[in-house]
Amino acid sequence: MTRSATGFWIGAVAVVVLAALVAVSGANEYFFFAGFVVLQFVVLATAWNILGGYAGYVNFGTGAFFGVGAYTAVVLFKALSAPLWAQILAGAGVSGLLGFGIGLLTLRLRGIFFSIATVAVAIILETLVINWRYVGGATGIQLLRPPVMWPFETYTRMLFVVVALLAVLAVSIARYIETSWLGRGLRAIRDSEEAAECTGVPTLKLKLFACTVSGAMMGTAGALLPMYQSFVEPASSFSLNYSVAALAMPMIGGTSHWLGPVVGAILLGTIQQVVTVTISSELNVLVVGVLLVLFVVAAPEGIVGLARKLARVRAPTAGAA
Amino acid sequence: MFSFELLLDAVVLGVLVGCFYAAMSIGLSVAFGLLDVPHIAHPAFLVLGAYGTHLLSRQGWDPLIAGIVLMPVFFLIGIGVYRFYYEAFERRGSEAGVRGLAFFFGVAFIIEVALILAFGVDQRMVEATYIGKSLAIGDMRVPFRMLVAFGMALALTAGLTLYLSKSFTGRAIKAVAQDEPALRLMGANPVRIKQWAFGIATAVTAIAGALLIIVGPVEPGLDRVYIGRTFCVVVLAGLGSMTGTLVAGLILGISESIVLTLAGASWAPAVSFGLLLLVLGIRPQGLFGR
Repeated sequence: MTRSATGFWIGAVAVVVLAALVAVSGANEYFFFAGFVVLQFVVLATAWNILGGYAGYVNFGTGAFFGVGAYTAVVLFKALSAPLWAQILAGAGVSGLLGFGIGLLTLRLRGIFFSIATVAVAIILETLVINWRYVGGATGIQLLRPPVMWPFETYTRMLFVVVALLAVLAVSIARYIETSWLGRGLRAIRDSEEAAECTGVPTLKLKLFACTVSGAMMGTAGALLPMYQSFVEPASSFSLNYSVAALAMPMIGGTSHWLGPVVGAILLGTIQQVVTVTISSELNVLVVGVLLVLFVVAAPEGIVGLARKLARVRAPTAGAA
Repeated sequence: MFSFELLLDAVVLGVLVGCFYAAMSIGLSVAFGLLDVPHIAHPAFLVLGAYGTHLLSRQGWDPLIAGIVLMPVFFLIGIGVYRFYYEAFERRGSEAGVRGLAFFFGVAFIIEVALILAFGVDQRMVEATYIGKSLAIGDMRVPFRMLVAFGMALALTAGLTLYLSKSFTGRAIKAVAQDEPALRLMGANPVRIKQWAFGIATAVTAIAGALLIIVGPVEPGLDRVYIGRTFCVVVLAGLGSMTGTLVAGLILGISESIVLTLAGASWAPAVSFGLLLLVLGIRPQGLFGR
């Protein structure tokens, strides 16, 4: 246990250092542009998995948290020209609050009812933003990026390092939750909420916690969007495309282990980038949909589950030899 | 600005639109309400039906006839989808809920993107003698296409209500919804009945899709708005109640139409989802819950 923990932290630090080194090197600008999106999906998928994978509450409203994070950043930037770190913190805070509110819904709603309610929240918030003139309404808003900080050459490079840091942070939090009593409680809720409640698991507190943390993480990912695109509009920020991606990635990677969403996000995110560039952006949503259905039907444990199965099959033969 | 006539107009239009929403939702009312299938891809099937109608109408067919011709095809698709869902999820039990939901969510996206790839993102419509004209009653103008949708919605609801309460298979479907183990003990095969029922639910979606494209232009992404409308109607109705579906459709139609008149079109999508959240929060079992 302790050995794997040390390994994890070394890996985590290595990822951030590597990202920083690549960012100050002379790599092609497009690499950062695409890498940002992939890492942003690592954050979203990991966040989704805390509620969906561990606790079994399927959130279709990733777009809501993502959009709220993005528009919190927009408001702060427009009103106070707040720096990036403040935008991220505020995005996390507001989305976390929204998560807490959604968590209260779980008092009465489970299964598909909870999922539909999250879609509803996403569309209602989108409608509110569309009718909010200050942030540009339906047409969106153009933002002027502040000058980039030393030692980065371009703003995208800096954002790339920031999102790498956030991704590592998100995965660490997910891993902590998974291995602590919190994860055991959430899994108990997924298997049988009644049984969990009867054996003394504080189900409501745990669900509220999971919703808040998951929402806050999605908010941080969203808060980076305005500076990344220097333009934000409601239809794409609150889009169901984020919801389906954030759900498909953990399902494809495997929902029971923190590595699952990471594997799923890197794999699917990379495929999406390649397909978008080489064929079309419509087709990348199709790829997500087809892979999601394929994995859900044929490999419910995801890639991590398949790898474990493979290891289990191999292990006895290795022992015999 | 605000006048009584305007409100009256809104209510009349709301009644027509409401019946139309009931027709959109009645297939879901069977699939989700009675059979407990988390059929989040239902609106995508609606749009698929609309595009099927569009294709046939380009060959010179009347859209309503096209919708009726599509029904047997959709019936078979429905049977296939349910069979697949059953084999892949329902039979495996325990974690079926989460994965079944994800499955239908994925199917919805596949249909949407396949339509974009095949037809592009432009809006499509159909032509018929009753589209574009309207009936004048005093100062009020009622479009004929809304009347067609209104009549068809009433016929569909009445037909399904009769079918479920009078026919042998219809009552078997209701029995599956009420108590599946009991049905199994009586020697009936619940899976075959559910498969049949899901086929009917999907067949109804074909004609509803034809109405969708009669009432207005259709684009592949339209299913996203109808997730809210159809689920709002079905949940508000109380799962599986056919008359409830009509009443709930009317409530949604009238509220949407009033909001449209008072606040403007940009607020309309929030009405169905807001109402849905309200119902889920206050009375999840709906108006006519079983």
